[in-house]
Amino acid sequence: FVGTSRVPPAHVPSPNRVTFSMTVTFAKKEIGGAKNGGTRDVPTKKAPTYYPAEDVPVKAPSEREAKSCGVAKLRKSITPGTVLILLAGRFRGRRVVFLKQLPSGLLLVTGPYQVNGIPLRRVNQAYVIATSTSVNVQSVDASKFGDEYFGNKNKSKAKKKGDDFLAADEEKNELSEERKTDQLAVDTPLMTTIEQTPLMAKYLKARFSLSKKQAPHAMKF
Amino acid sequence: PPSIFGVFRPATRLALLSRSMPFKRFVEVGRVALICYGPDTGKLCTIINVVDQSRVLVDGPEGITGVRRQAVNIKRIMLTDYKVDAILNCPEKKLKALFESEDIMGKWKASNWGKKLENRKLRLATNDFERFQVMLARKERSAARKAAMGE
Repeated sequence: FVGTSRVPPAHVPSPNRVTFSMTVTFAKKEIGGAKNGGTRDVPTKKAPTYYPAEDVPVKAPSEREAKSCGVAKLRKSITPGTVLILLAGRFRGRRVVFLKQLPSGLLLVTGPYQVNGIPLRRVNQAYVIATSTSVNVQSVDASKFGDEYFGNKNKSKAKKKGDDFLAADEEKNELSEERKTDQLAVDTPLMTTIEQTPLMAKYLKARFSLSKKQAPHAMKF
Repeated sequence: PPSIFGVFRPATRLALLSRSMPFKRFVEVGRVALICYGPDTGKLCTIINVVDQSRVLVDGPEGITGVRRQAVNIKRIMLTDYKVDAILNCPEKKLKALFESEDIMGKWKASNWGKKLENRKLRLATNDFERFQVMLARKERSAARKAAMGE
């Protein structure tokens, strides 16, 4: 059996490779037990349970990925004032008015609150149907709202011990006055434009659903 | 190939009808048909020649219905009540003039069949807000009917 001798290619390390390395800082931890030495040096950050045996190449972002900077591209059908149908979450099936896209990529929407009870809220573009109906939102100023306005601020919960388990939870989520005034500031001009179109307020209040013979791919929104 | 159907003279047709044939619409030159399958679905066309047992040569006329001159399978068309006095392989311009003088499109749109197709198209084209408005209108109509029935 005559064959060419196969020489394995020489291993050339690629420039874009992640090399696993870690600098470990230690902290002193008090430990109990008479014969355990009282303290122990413990790393402040634990080493991961897994790391690859070989160096892995770093994936270079594609042109589209690099351009978007991790922010979802807004669909062409969604423009300020578009009526959206929410498909998931607390308000699934409701219709809301789109205001703007926030820096994180999420959409800022409002009911308006006095119409359907949906406040100023962030919503993911992927869980939304954009209808071809829109409301004029030129009179609405949504510039002050960013991602920091929303979301639960991190509340560090101290661990409950003993009797604290039975004590009532003191923290109650009160709606700040700021939120209420902001809601009105956005909704009042919006309501005047909504009321100009007949049945628009009723439409925004109504819920969306599919009946037996309706197929969303065959429907025009 | 020469078509035998185009040679049918009105007299012969009357003779057939007088014998009370169960069929009223024939595959013949000048018959207006509706295309129900393929890229030209929903459009009217006129039969201007017969190719064989399964295909006919058809023309819109292109200027009025948008159907180009082409061979079409008989199974893909539905015959209508309308017929124009077209000659065999009628030129498109002449066919167009015939269509306009007989106002085939007007008659079609006024017919129940034509109206049904138009309604179906409109319903498919409604957007979400329009569907909502239609729903409210139907509720109103139903309420009005119930009130009238109550009297």
